[in-house]
Amino acid sequence: MIAVVVPIAMALFAIAVLLNCYRLVVGPDIVDRILALDTLMINSIALIVLADIWMGLGMLFELALLIALMGFVSTVAMSKYLLRGDVIE
Amino acid sequence: MTHIDMPWPLQLVVALFLLFGALVALIGSWGLAKLPDFYTRLHGPTKASTLGVGCTLIGSLLTFSHQQDGVSVQEALVTIFLFATAPVSAHMMGKAALRRRLKGVPGTRNIPER
Repeated sequence: MIAVVVPIAMALFAIAVLLNCYRLVVGPDIVDRILALDTLMINSIALIVLADIWMGLGMLFELALLIALMGFVSTVAMSKYLLRGDVIE
Repeated sequence: MTHIDMPWPLQLVVALFLLFGALVALIGSWGLAKLPDFYTRLHGPTKASTLGVGCTLIGSLLTFSHQQDGVSVQEALVTIFLFATAPVSAHMMGKAALRRRLKGVPGTRNIPER
């Protein structure tokens, strides 16, 4: 059952990634692009975890955790830069 | 794909979690692509996508906890980290959008003057 469901879920997440890329290209303001990049990071975490189930490795958690951390830090840094004109003041 | 030998009720639960998570995350990204202005667009990814990816992570937590004898802590760590940081980043992006005085759809209240 999982062997059937995992490719379907990966296809749905691939469509979600394409929609995020559309907003990343079109987005009228830079804040829209930051939001699109943040969502892209979150969806890529799910894709990595699904690939981990599909290959049966059980080794890609560190990669998912690293991408979650980098996505959060970069989003907050970009927003802080737009908010204050500086990242660390 | 490697062979997964799990009892079928657990397989059913994992499959439901994975499908529900993927559907909800797709709805969140669709909202990001479709909605008219930034303040409405902020709703989709920060709530729906986080819930969807959280459900997918819980499904994989169940899978690997069954395969590796014992709760896989890293998976739970990713889930907790994601649920803790999504509101913070959404708050920061909303503040940046207010600072840049983005326009909202007509009828939005309390938008700063341009």
